[in-house]
Amino acid sequence: MLKSIAQWLEERLHLVKLFEATAGHKVPRSTNSWFYVFGSGTLLCFVIQIVTGICLAFVYVPSTDHAWTSLQYLNHEQYLGWFLRAVHNWGSNFMVAIMSLHLAQTFLFGAYKFPRELTWVSGCFLFLCTLGMSFTGQVLRFDQDAYWGLGIGASIMGRVPFAGGLMVHLLLAGPIIAGETLSRFFTLHVFVIPGLIIALVSLHLRLVLTKGVNEYPTPGVAVNRATYVHEYEERLHKDGVPFVPHVIGKDLIFSAFLMVAICACALVFGPAGPGGPPNPTLIHTLPKPDFYFLAVFAALALLPAYLETFLLLVAPVLGIAVLFALPFISGTGEKSYRRRPIAILAVILAFLTLGLLAWLGSYSPWSPRMEAWSSLATPEQFLEGRTPLELQGALLIQSKQCRNCHSLGGEGGMRGPALDAVANRLTADQLVRQIIQGGGNMPAYAKNLKPAEVAALVAFMRTLRPSFEPPARDSTIPATREARR
Amino acid sequence: MIEQRPSVSRRNLLLKAGIALNAIAAALIGIPVLGFVISNITGRKKEETWISLGPLSQFPESETRMAVYRNPFTRPWDGETAQIPCWVRHVEGEKFQVFAINCTHLGCPVRWFPDSRLFLCPCHGGAFYEDGSRASGPPPRGLFEYKYKVENGSLFILGGHLPTLAEPLSTSNRQCPGAPGAKSELIQIRGTTRPC
Repeated sequence: MLKSIAQWLEERLHLVKLFEATAGHKVPRSTNSWFYVFGSGTLLCFVIQIVTGICLAFVYVPSTDHAWTSLQYLNHEQYLGWFLRAVHNWGSNFMVAIMSLHLAQTFLFGAYKFPRELTWVSGCFLFLCTLGMSFTGQVLRFDQDAYWGLGIGASIMGRVPFAGGLMVHLLLAGPIIAGETLSRFFTLHVFVIPGLIIALVSLHLRLVLTKGVNEYPTPGVAVNRATYVHEYEERLHKDGVPFVPHVIGKDLIFSAFLMVAICACALVFGPAGPGGPPNPTLIHTLPKPDFYFLAVFAALALLPAYLETFLLLVAPVLGIAVLFALPFISGTGEKSYRRRPIAILAVILAFLTLGLLAWLGSYSPWSPRMEAWSSLATPEQFLEGRTPLELQGALLIQSKQCRNCHSLGGEGGMRGPALDAVANRLTADQLVRQIIQGGGNMPAYAKNLKPAEVAALVAFMRTLRPSFEPPARDSTIPATREARR
Repeated sequence: MIEQRPSVSRRNLLLKAGIALNAIAAALIGIPVLGFVISNITGRKKEETWISLGPLSQFPESETRMAVYRNPFTRPWDGETAQIPCWVRHVEGEKFQVFAINCTHLGCPVRWFPDSRLFLCPCHGGAFYEDGSRASGPPPRGLFEYKYKVENGSLFILGGHLPTLAEPLSTSNRQCPGAPGAKSELIQIRGTTRPC
């Protein structure tokens, strides 16, 4: 009975042919490797995003008026809404991470070389689309961070020469962040980019079928345009195995682990936000992007001003151009990473740079701690045995917001240097000069401090040094004379 | 031998007519779609208008206070996002300075600290003096400043779009430091790139 149903279906759908042409296609035996699981892992993440995304769209309201409320509803009222939001969020984090691994792996294994140039190029487009999904998704979580994140995006666009104003307008769907802005990002996130991704994934997979999976590279075997296709066919003929069932096992196990990991993260860490309501008048906020853009966020704080616009606008374009041009620059030759030290260094450098910047971005030492002046008391050890004038200075260091940028006893902003031992570094004259004129990253306080206040501040700061170390002194003045002063 | 078919056969004609009809039909749908999409670019006009910030009594002399206005180009579903904050500095008499909330570096909201008389930005640590000029940090220029006027005891500003480096606010009525008749308010210690 079952057999006859199968037979009936086969006659109509030609399933055997379809299987042989797709899942059952032959791949080199060497690709049965744990290094080859990241592509299917990324695809799995995408499927999870589609499923959870559709579910969330049943409840989410893409209007600036109600988006935040509907997210709160999803978190607290909708049955399992919090879990789906968490899975969607962690799915996106994992998707970016696994896709980066996939990119690094195919790069290191020379998979971009002849004849798989288009596979690589379509993959690069997919990479960009996924980052686009990340940014637009972050905006759909319409809270304070999303609102000011849009402002940051618009400000970056505003630096584009000539077309800046137009690009800001296109990004925001109007002259200012308002109702239509969110609709625009919703359309991109839910229709346009996913549609592109589905089309590109189809192309990507089609190319994997027509041009084959890259064999596990052997050091010393170079790609030659004249002979490669023939060699690959021979390899398949001699040593090829069908992808299903011979090779898919490792993909399945990895996928299962991936799903468990996403679920575990979702269960343990829960959904992301929404943070404060997207009300522009609530300015007591510290806007920060999700982890994939933390590196950019950090670079923007650390770049010297004269390089900023250039690096902001030109570097990404150059980076993407190099990525796309790679198969056309080095389409032949050695594939194995064992013979390509520069490739390995490039990958290490890229991951280290992005990782380091993201780590810095996660605690952003350059951001002033806006509440430090009123929320952190001056530690006791800096007040003991001080004269009234010095204590007056200690008060000023609080009330003039110095602590927002300078730490005392390890607490306070990290924008400026810690003041714990400032008297070891600067003489009284230098302190006065620095306070009045500013410099480095410090504003000038000449207008905002009376001479008596400066005197008190400096008197206090002269006491800020470990008791066993002598204070800094002016080397042009003999020590004996300074002691008399 | 079969004679060569005439160049326009019945089938050929139908194919060509079919393609032509489809092209016309596609244009019927496609042109409005394109128009809808492109209206975003072509329909872009200078969207600025005078907005009231309320009576002058709200802004005591020599103080800087936040004012909130409603974005003049609203949609019914804007919600809270239509409320736009700005900083109003009442210098003296009818002399004001009204600054956009957005830092000139990347648009984060700057906060006013009356004790140190500074605007500080939480994102990358930009700082501005009370007159809006750049004090330190990554911002490339001073705060964006609205053009203002005082009418019937109320303060009005000219606004309506998010100020960026590409499109700052309409030229302010504040005179540049150093310009004839302008009182230099601050010792300019570091060269600011304030466009004056």
